[in-house]
Amino acid sequence: MAIVYQKSAGLTDKELHYCPGCNHGIIHKLVAEVMDELGILDTTIGVCPVGCSVFAYNYFNCDMQEAAHGRAPAVATGIKRTHPNSPVFTYQGDGDLASIGCAEITHAAMRGEKFTTIFVNNAIYGMTGGQMAPTTLIGQKATTCPLGRTKEQAGMPIRMAEMLSTLDGCVYAERVCVTDIPHLNKAKAAIKKAFQKQLAGEGFTFVEVLSTCPTNWGMTPLKAKEWLTDNMIPYYPLGCIKDIDAPKAEVK
Amino acid sequence: MTAKVTFNSDRCKGCELCVSVCPKHIVAIDQETINRKGYHPAHVVDISQCIACASCAKICPDSIITVEKF
Ligand SMILES: Cc1ncc(C[n+]2csc(CCOP(=O)(O)OP(=O)(O)O)c2C)c(N)n1
Ligand code: SF4
Ligand code: SF4
Ligand code: SF4
Repeated sequence: MAIVYQKSAGLTDKELHYCPGCNHGIIHKLVAEVMDELGILDTTIGVCPVGCSVFAYNYFNCDMQEAAHGRAPAVATGIKRTHPNSPVFTYQGDGDLASIGCAEITHAAMRGEKFTTIFVNNAIYGMTGGQMAPTTLIGQKATTCPLGRTKEQAGMPIRMAEMLSTLDGCVYAERVCVTDIPHLNKAKAAIKKAFQKQLAGEGFTFVEVLSTCPTNWGMTPLKAKEWLTDNMIPYYPLGCIKDIDAPKAEVK
Repeated sequence: MTAKVTFNSDRCKGCELCVSVCPKHIVAIDQETINRKGYHPAHVVDISQCIACASCAKICPDSIITVEKF
């Protein structure tokens, strides 16, 4: 009898509080599997956001630190600079990262801080009940745009991976999703690459994961998966946006 | 192939993501059962057809599926 798949050692035994089918759980386990496979569970320090994943510190089997809303990149900067040998990551939603924390992530990327950001883009504020996010699509309904987002009122949705990739300090930016097994495998490979480039001291690494919020989108998990494929991927194209082989930094 | 798929059914949220990715279409929601969370949990209806690909286990957001093969 051989085990083909079991719950990752990178996750604790805590039950996840996420809604049925929420992709946060899938993204958690990919990060957990990568940390386990790279053998860095004992040394990694993760930083949690405010948002539905605020309790992620209960789920990842590594050291975790909670940050104020949007400020995870600032906290991660401090941690990485004082512990340059520790792998460090932030895990942030789109309200957290692209709205209130847009300055922190931008400046961390500009400075080329040597940590990895896992950006969970579900095009809405999940935790607070479904308000419009900077990533909400044109025409998409949210509690603060009940008739659908319009360009005139709120502008066009922000593409964070593309925006951050314009900064020299950002050495890697890729957008992925986890709707099926082939996409999930690509997502895991991207997360692994981001951690590997961080471990090589190359610079700031960023993986944007398109994600579902069945509850606030008002859909079943399967319908949400379809909606993501039909509506999010055309506006947020999947694939590697930036991957430069930055000179390896001396890790002190 | 002899495969074994184990569900930690108490923790299942009946989301059907595992159902949607099984290439053999042998994972289903068990409408006869209600778990302690109040959901109908997923189960395998015909284990003899299972190819132990672990697709169901990999996608489960709650990581409650273990796949083994002999
Ligand atoms: C300083 C501050 N402002 C506002 C809030 C309210 N708030 C909590 S979570 C959140 C947004 C969450 O959305 P997102 O980051 O997309 O994560 P999700 O819940 O969708 O995973 C907001 C605005 C807060 N907690 N603190
Ligand atoms: S509200 Fe949305 S993002 Fe939050 S746990 Fe539920 S489905 Fe996931
Ligand atoms: S291991 Fe593969 S074939 Fe077997 S039940 Fe799971 S998805 Fe279906
Ligand atoms: S994916 Fe997991 S939680 Fe969802 S129905 Fe299947 S076993 Fe249950």
